[in-house]
Amino acid sequence: MNKKQNNASGRLLNFLGENSVPIMFVIIVAICIPISGFSPKFLLNEIITRMGRNVFLILSLLIPIMAGMGLNFGMTLGAMAGEIALIFVSDWQIWGIPGIILAMILSIPISVVMGIMCGKILNASKGREMITSYIISFFTNGLYQLLVLYMMGSIIPIIHSSIKLPRGYGIRQTVGLLNMRQSLDNLLALRIAGVKIPVLTFIIIALMCLVIVWFRRTKLGQDMRAVGQDMEVARDAGIDVERTRIISIVISTVLAGFGMIIYLQNMGDMATYSAHSQIGMFCIAALLVGGASVDRASIGNVFLGVVLFHLMFILAPTAGAKITGDTMIGEYFRVFISYGVITVALVMYETKKRKAKAGMGHLLEAAQREEEKANA
Amino acid sequence: MSDHVPLLEMKKVAKDFFGNQVLKDINLKLEAGEVLGLVGENGAGKSTLMKILFGMTEINETGGYDGEVLFNGKVLHFTSPFDALAEGIGMVHQEFSLIPGFTATENILLNREPQKKSVVSEVFGERLNTLDRKSMKQKADGAIDKMGMHIDGNMVIADMPVGHKQFTEIARELSKEQLKLLILDEPTAVLTEQEAEVLLQSIRGMASRGIAVIFITHRLHEIMSVCDKVVVMRDGVLVHDVAAKDTSIPEVTRWMVGRSVNIDAQTHRKPPETPTIMSIRKLWVDMPGETVRNVSLDIREGEILGIGGLAGQGKLGIPNGIMGLYNAGGQVTFDGKEIPLNAPRRCLDSQLAFVSEDRRGVGLLLDESLEWNIAFPAMQIHNKFLKNYLGGLIKWRDEKAIGEVTRKYIEELQIKCTSSKQKAKQLSGGNQQKVCLAKAFALNPKFLFVSEPTRGIDVGAKALVLEALKKFNRENGVTVVMISSELEELRQICDRIAIVSGGRIAGILPATSSSEDFGTLMVSKVV
Repeated sequence: MNKKQNNASGRLLNFLGENSVPIMFVIIVAICIPISGFSPKFLLNEIITRMGRNVFLILSLLIPIMAGMGLNFGMTLGAMAGEIALIFVSDWQIWGIPGIILAMILSIPISVVMGIMCGKILNASKGREMITSYIISFFTNGLYQLLVLYMMGSIIPIIHSSIKLPRGYGIRQTVGLLNMRQSLDNLLALRIAGVKIPVLTFIIIALMCLVIVWFRRTKLGQDMRAVGQDMEVARDAGIDVERTRIISIVISTVLAGFGMIIYLQNMGDMATYSAHSQIGMFCIAALLVGGASVDRASIGNVFLGVVLFHLMFILAPTAGAKITGDTMIGEYFRVFISYGVITVALVMYETKKRKAKAGMGHLLEAAQREEEKANA
Repeated sequence: MSDHVPLLEMKKVAKDFFGNQVLKDINLKLEAGEVLGLVGENGAGKSTLMKILFGMTEINETGGYDGEVLFNGKVLHFTSPFDALAEGIGMVHQEFSLIPGFTATENILLNREPQKKSVVSEVFGERLNTLDRKSMKQKADGAIDKMGMHIDGNMVIADMPVGHKQFTEIARELSKEQLKLLILDEPTAVLTEQEAEVLLQSIRGMASRGIAVIFITHRLHEIMSVCDKVVVMRDGVLVHDVAAKDTSIPEVTRWMVGRSVNIDAQTHRKPPETPTIMSIRKLWVDMPGETVRNVSLDIREGEILGIGGLAGQGKLGIPNGIMGLYNAGGQVTFDGKEIPLNAPRRCLDSQLAFVSEDRRGVGLLLDESLEWNIAFPAMQIHNKFLKNYLGGLIKWRDEKAIGEVTRKYIEELQIKCTSSKQKAKQLSGGNQQKVCLAKAFALNPKFLFVSEPTRGIDVGAKALVLEALKKFNRENGVTVVMISSELEELRQICDRIAIVSGGRIAGILPATSSSEDFGTLMVSKVV
């Protein structure tokens, strides 16, 4: 009886330890909701909108984690590819759903090229994929600026002056996507008790989840899991490790490109030079808030993460303002939390292994004590 | 049948690494369904010969080999192990080559999974075929059945005991339908005696199905019980090739070392009746695969205490726990003072030393010179080999003293190396072990733990290592605790032997007790 209780409480402790990050966020959110004074309807509306906007982007992170390449900060590259595609599409004045589909198609070759580049660099820096992909995203940002700020309008023809800088070449700070705004979300949209549900976007997300589940069962998915766990063994078995890793990054980049297009059509305008700059960071933070780690992430983590992370985004400024009277505090809080949660995840990745070891020791010690009691 | 073609034939095979001749004039024949036992000291050229046969890339990269290897009458030109696999040659290496998070089934069929085609894979290529889990299970179970040892196909490798991992590897080779020749490189080293017996059974089974087996091991009685013929190598030359039934263990041992090893002429001294120097109370150690439970043990000053037992029963956990390498609890008193657990530095400060069974991981700085390896701990712990300047504010290494002490040990332990500056990773296993010992000796400890000092090293080096330990004990009065899976070598040098079974001390006997007594203790508490 006593033992059973011990076991149960041990399992509970284990569960709490494994999921400490999501639990912490649940508590923060639970405290902030009453303080902020938002109505449930408002919150639900916001969350559903933001889920539609963001989930696809975060899904793009799952495959590199499976291939043992950690959190792909290089998803920013895909986001840039999506933006470049959107600039062309809006210049050609193709709006609505056809515009979105065209942009997605256009983004594929750009994403593939960038993904191959990124994958090759990451293959040259095995074991340090995360920091490398993070730096690659900064480096590629320079290439992106060169292309968009100097080459578009001068070398690459841009017809409409509305998106060009007054000097005649380069793209403006913001590109309006008003004619495309939420066209994906509004098609087939449902309104239930005042809450708008973007059914089509959700269908696309659901399909993507199915694709990921299916992908795990393919030969390629199996190879990626093998490569992710032990590259040498995989190589000895005849799996082309380098190629498999590049493919995983290419898939991630392409999906990130699609995700960025979905994200921007929801926003309705595009900050040409900054929309992508922190998207990788926020997506990774959201995934980690959902309970993922550097070597393990599931679709469930994505959804939980999006809900918790965005709830905090909505609540923190208002709650912060209510408590301190300063709206800036909430803004500050967001950024602080994003960086903080990533740091925590990176540290926990290492300490978890040590913790697991210590846990076994406690079991041994307890067993020994019980034995002594039995003898006495 | 003059036109009969043997399965494998080697003709005048020779190999040199940049002028260093490691194999000379090897001629060998093997028929289908035959089991060949390949024995020889470390560095005798067994591994190189197998690398040639298995087409390892390092052979090609170092200029190929001379002579001819014929398989089924065809001259082989392998450029990589994949060519060898395609021809039907499989090899189980000493190190495991398994994906830890995969099940046995997934590992057995790694990269050879049965697949189902789909519309998507027709368009985008074969890698998007889905895995056919059902026929994967069938195939893996078939291979496991062939092997004769039952392992759970759904069990994840990381949760398996080490013996089952070995069997998973063997099942993987057996699942290859084209397999005609299987090379097993010391497969029984990690197995318990019972498991090893099952493996020998399954080797017999393979042979009866027409698969030829090359079996490399240091355990000669296994060779005698399972092999059709024995091939003995020494210094890169094939010295004997005889039918197993025409020879005996002492004879093979003599061929291997080229001198006679007499293990029975051991004179035992009376166990010293000295006071206790280390007392261990209620020790538990969480070492994966070698768990220790509630061990209490007294060690007398100046004795050599042996700790024996079957693999996986916890004998390795005792020194690793006390020295702080694995999480442990309980009390350890040494020389009247309590030693804190989980703090390796404090152990070393109390003049305890440890020669780990994990030579390459814990024991050596592989990329550093012998000098560094031998002097580093002494430098770190006892400030030896350092010259002090400015009243000790600046410490410089005393290269001369380091060189001297290294050369002394190289000579004393007969470490085969080109110079004291050679890198540790370039030495053979036996010589690496000697470096580990030298490193511990250089610390001048009062108390020495030696864990599996003879694992994977040859008979000649083994005798040397044991002799060195004994000498160190006798001349310096150092208390030695030696942990080993080989009872015979414990009985050679120890005064008393404690047998660990099921993580506990099953009993302590004087070394002169009979093998049966030890054997009974070994299996008494097996879990």
